[in-house]
Amino acid sequence: MWMTCGKSREAGATMLPVRPRVLVVDDDTDLAEMLGIVLRSEGMAPSFCYDGREALPSFRRDSPDLVLLDLMLPGLDGLAVCRQLRAESNVPIVMLTARGDTVDVVEGLQSGADDYIVKPFKPKELVARIQARLRRLEETANDVLAIGDVLVDLGAHAVTRDGRAIPVTPLEFDLLAALAARPGHAFSREQLLADVWGYRHAGDTRLVNVHVQRLRGKVERDPENPEVIVTVRGVGYRAGPP
Amino acid sequence: MPAKPAGLHRRLGERWRHSLRFRVVLTTVVGSTVVILVLVPVLLGRITAGILGTKEASALAEATAARSEAQRLLDASSAQGSPAPASRRIDAVVAAMGARGAQAGLFEVLMLSSEPRGLSATPERGSNLVSERSVPARMREIVAGSQRQAWTYTTIRYTDGREVPGFVVGAPLAVPDVGPYELYQLFPLVQEQETLQLVRNSTVVASAFIILGLALLAAAVTYWLVTPVHDAARTARRFSAGNLDARMRVRGEDDLAQLAVSFNEMAGTLQAQIRDMEQMSKVQQRFVADVSHELRTPLTTVRMAADLLHEKRGELPPDDARAVELLQNQLNRFEALLADLLETSRQDSGAVQMDYEEVDLRALAEGVAGSLAPLAEQTGSAVTVSGDERVQVVCDAMRVERILGNLLANALEHGEGRPVLVQVRRDARGAELAVTDHGIGLSEEQLASVFTRFWRADPSRVRRIGGTGLGLSIALGDARAHGGSLTAAGAPGHGATFTLRLPRAPRGSGVLPGAVG
Repeated sequence: MWMTCGKSREAGATMLPVRPRVLVVDDDTDLAEMLGIVLRSEGMAPSFCYDGREALPSFRRDSPDLVLLDLMLPGLDGLAVCRQLRAESNVPIVMLTARGDTVDVVEGLQSGADDYIVKPFKPKELVARIQARLRRLEETANDVLAIGDVLVDLGAHAVTRDGRAIPVTPLEFDLLAALAARPGHAFSREQLLADVWGYRHAGDTRLVNVHVQRLRGKVERDPENPEVIVTVRGVGYRAGPP
Repeated sequence: MPAKPAGLHRRLGERWRHSLRFRVVLTTVVGSTVVILVLVPVLLGRITAGILGTKEASALAEATAARSEAQRLLDASSAQGSPAPASRRIDAVVAAMGARGAQAGLFEVLMLSSEPRGLSATPERGSNLVSERSVPARMREIVAGSQRQAWTYTTIRYTDGREVPGFVVGAPLAVPDVGPYELYQLFPLVQEQETLQLVRNSTVVASAFIILGLALLAAAVTYWLVTPVHDAARTARRFSAGNLDARMRVRGEDDLAQLAVSFNEMAGTLQAQIRDMEQMSKVQQRFVADVSHELRTPLTTVRMAADLLHEKRGELPPDDARAVELLQNQLNRFEALLADLLETSRQDSGAVQMDYEEVDLRALAEGVAGSLAPLAEQTGSAVTVSGDERVQVVCDAMRVERILGNLLANALEHGEGRPVLVQVRRDARGAELAVTDHGIGLSEEQLASVFTRFWRADPSRVRRIGGTGLGLSIALGDARAHGGSLTAAGAPGHGATFTLRLPRAPRGSGVLPGAVG
């Protein structure tokens, strides 16, 4: 489960992995090539996959630090690919989509994507999104924070309840850690988007909502009555009292 | 109190205008009453004439015979040589006549002297206490004067005060040795009067029943006729309210059933046509959405390539660098247009997804004003946000920001460098956001088309922000998606005001208002 992240962590003693490997899953070869040019110019190592069915084998072969995934794919659609990847890895996944509205995005996020970017996008925007997802690897604090009855070990990058580990994705870990770092503080969605996702401008608050829902499914005893991540009406979320 | 009759009057007037049944029933009642009021007196007159005519004829025949007998009795009694005193003879005649009267259908007798009163002792007699006042004076003049039989209707008066209607026949009678007399026979019409009264009463009762019956009949007939009409009206209303499956019930095979059948046929045709048009419109919307999406992938590649070149434009020869800049500008415009086109197609197809949350409009307005500060600086207009503090509404913040951004950008664009005012107000139903500029303003005509897609107030004007021409149309769609409104006002030379009204909490927002703040 922790294969990819573990690897990254070894590499991530400094800011970023030396040459972060990015797997681009897109059927449009010109777009993929263009993405490759942009990624290489930013010091990343892209690899490519043009078919949804090839995505998982490519991922296993290349063990990338991040996956750039187009939602519209021949063979197997992006949502299914996303679920496949999530089933065996916590690798950061950034979706590319032509439809930023609708349920596509929410479904993509629910399938396990960490973030998304709507076509057409500016190269800088894309790079910023990717780097935000890779940069989280740099955290090196050694504190253990309590949120609800859950412990967040910043050093070990582990989430536990009663000594039992709860598997979470790196993004979810960041979300929990951000909330736990300021107990009782009510975070707005915008603030979480800035702190956790690295958005400098206004982002899509659905990102926060969907990931909180997913995370609650993992860390709450009863997701219907959350005690770890508490909703603050009209504001956002805060950490539950330990 | 005077209000009450006026109110009643108005209510009746209202019913008259609104209820066909009320009108038909009232007309029937009034009409039949008029007919009966005309008909009944005529009918009663004829019946009276018939009944009295018979009585008259028999009375006259009887009177003629009685007079002859009376005259004969008098003549006979005077021929006896030594005539009895006048009073005895007259008594005898009256007695004989009285007996005859009792026999032949009841009449009273009066024998009155034609001599002037008090001149001579001319005895006057009557049967059964009948008073001489029963005979009208005018009649006595005629009988005495013309010496002929006369008759008339009168009231028979008795000396004990009784009065009955009657018919009087008078005839001259010569009493030998005494002088001229008049014999009056008075036929009481009590029975006839009773008969007539009965007929009259029956007629009135019958008339009342006829009017009532007609009213009920009219009510029943209008009920049969009006019920299907009501049904049709209700069905038409439901149909026009959007229930295209609404149909009338068809009962029987009469004219009303045909109405229902025709109505249903019309509804069916309309429904089919509406479905067709909806289908066409859906296909078209779908097409616009697909085209917009399909354009996005190639645009992404172009965009990235252009950006790459743009980054390196410093290394390019001046013409090439300028070309890359133009490419970049037009790509931005193309992208904005595509985004607006997509949003428009989403609004058209009703596929807008609202993301509701509780928002402070004042803070939102200040945020938008802040983000447009560079444009404000460029145009020279100062933006002021004023009005109520902490105006909480449940809305899709991103959309409201977009609306306000659009209005503000427009105001700055057309504000001629004069101040632009954003006012936030709380009202009973929710909130109001007004953006006012003091620029060139808008004419009536321009106001009417300001929300039209791709419409431009003045195509020749230099534009700084290069809007897509869809902004206000999208803003209007966003306002409506909230259940709110967006209106424009202004006059040429006096600037323009765009007012956005938002409900406190849109229906279906799923957020309870008042939970916070």
